[in-house]
Amino acid sequence: MQMSESLDDLYRDVILDHYRRPRNQGLLPNPDLKSEGFNPFCGDQVVLTMTLDGAERIGEVGFEGEGCSISQASASMLAAHLGGRTLDEADALVRVFKGVMQGEELAPEQEEALGEIAALQGVREFPIRVKCALLGWTTLQDAIADYRKR
Amino acid sequence: MYDVERVRADFPILSREVNGVPLVYLDNAATSQKPAPVIAALVDYYERHNANVHRGAHALAVEATTAYEEARAKVAAFINAPSPENVIFVRNTTEAINLVAGAWAAERLRPGDRIVSTEIEHHSNLVPWQHAARTSGAELRLLAMADDYTLDLSDLDALLSANARLVALTHSSNVLGTITPVKAITDAARRAGARVLVDGAQSVPHLPVDVQDIGCDFLAFSGHKMLGPMGVGALYVSPDAMEEMGPFLRGGEMVLEVTYADASWAPPPMKFEAGTPNVADAIALGAAVDYLGALGMANVREHEIALTAYALERFRELEEAETYGPADLSIRGGVVSFSLGGVHPHDISQALDSCGVAIRAGHHCAMPLVRSRLNVPATARASFYLYNTEAEVDALVSALKRTLEYFGDADVRKPR
Repeated sequence: MQMSESLDDLYRDVILDHYRRPRNQGLLPNPDLKSEGFNPFCGDQVVLTMTLDGAERIGEVGFEGEGCSISQASASMLAAHLGGRTLDEADALVRVFKGVMQGEELAPEQEEALGEIAALQGVREFPIRVKCALLGWTTLQDAIADYRKR
Repeated sequence: MYDVERVRADFPILSREVNGVPLVYLDNAATSQKPAPVIAALVDYYERHNANVHRGAHALAVEATTAYEEARAKVAAFINAPSPENVIFVRNTTEAINLVAGAWAAERLRPGDRIVSTEIEHHSNLVPWQHAARTSGAELRLLAMADDYTLDLSDLDALLSANARLVALTHSSNVLGTITPVKAITDAARRAGARVLVDGAQSVPHLPVDVQDIGCDFLAFSGHKMLGPMGVGALYVSPDAMEEMGPFLRGGEMVLEVTYADASWAPPPMKFEAGTPNVADAIALGAAVDYLGALGMANVREHEIALTAYALERFRELEEAETYGPADLSIRGGVVSFSLGGVHPHDISQALDSCGVAIRAGHHCAMPLVRSRLNVPATARASFYLYNTEAEVDALVSALKRTLEYFGDADVRKPR
């Protein structure tokens, strides 16, 4: 009996690395944006905090969470890649990532823009885990929507 | 002598492969697989007898009605109900419990009354009572779980002392495997004048259940967890409790006489089976009951106790594993909920799947129990049935060892 190769497509090394050593761990004390995501089906949780400068550019990012490797690694990768992006750019990134999870193929320049996040493409082969990968991203979308409603 | 290999041969699905390896199906608390006679009963019904029941004098209608009512009689005999009229066909356990909430509790509960349930319930035996309490003005109180994963009965008399009208409890926990002392609790509830609903979703498929021996007023269970098809279940109602129930759903099939202004109700069980029922699945449930009866429920129970003992023994090899459930196997069903170091249950489940081993991961529809009493966000759960083998337990344990290797130092991660 052995773990199938397809399992390695899901749990790429970079994903397991983010799971074991999550980046941007810890909530910021005075965030400009904050949102909590919860997946009621599996109990996975992500809390995301960010600071903004005057031009709606993301400064610091901190997250905490609890859940499976895919949900937590995806949130860690997201958190690590948000700093320096404007909210519009972050929003665009979410839309690209959601498209990928829904089966859209990436153009080479999109894949390059996603960087290590592109490793999560393998999740598509495991439809039940797509919602895990998306948790941090929908949490970010909620945070941006809340901010813009203010 | 219980011949598990002969039993397995009756289940076509058990010979399939998953991910290139033989299926090891250990998610029986979620749903059971189906033996050939149950599948054949479904096909036979639709190929030869399909017609609507309780109406029409043509041959097919008579055959369908006869088979449907025979199935009711089989299910009634299986749980030793006094009469087939005490068995109402429903979709599943959840619907059965909602039927009691809608047809009994909504009629009988008054402000100040008390519903007593427990901390180890499935959502389906908790959420309807939260709603019933809210809408009637009754209060909902819970028997606590003790440290050994059994119910703490020290509060029982106090909880039953004042205006307790209903006790709703599981017979066997889908998370812990705990088999509750339903008979003793029913006796105590009777003395206090309360009715008793037993959630038999995890007991009726796995051990001998006798409603007259227990003395309960309601017993709810699903067909699909006991070799029957999905979409049919049953609610037993005692003759006394039946008298206290109004209709559940209103419309066709459940009426005696209808005028433009009013309607009167058919006698039970028809009164509670509005609309065209799930005839084919009820008949196939009858076939499932025949199959279980031929095996003998005491034999099924004995097989599962032996398998659970073997599994718990093998789990001791896994230093990282923690299991949740009573140590005394005489009060434990074939359920092993566990955690495995820092590997998240969903990752365990995914890794096991790649070895062909099917288990469940999550809160098992018992969110407060898992999160507030076991104090974990989720557990992994292997659950056994009459066709599982020690070799399959071995496959599970090997796959868990591989999972630990695969995720390696994942348990160095300390969330918060």
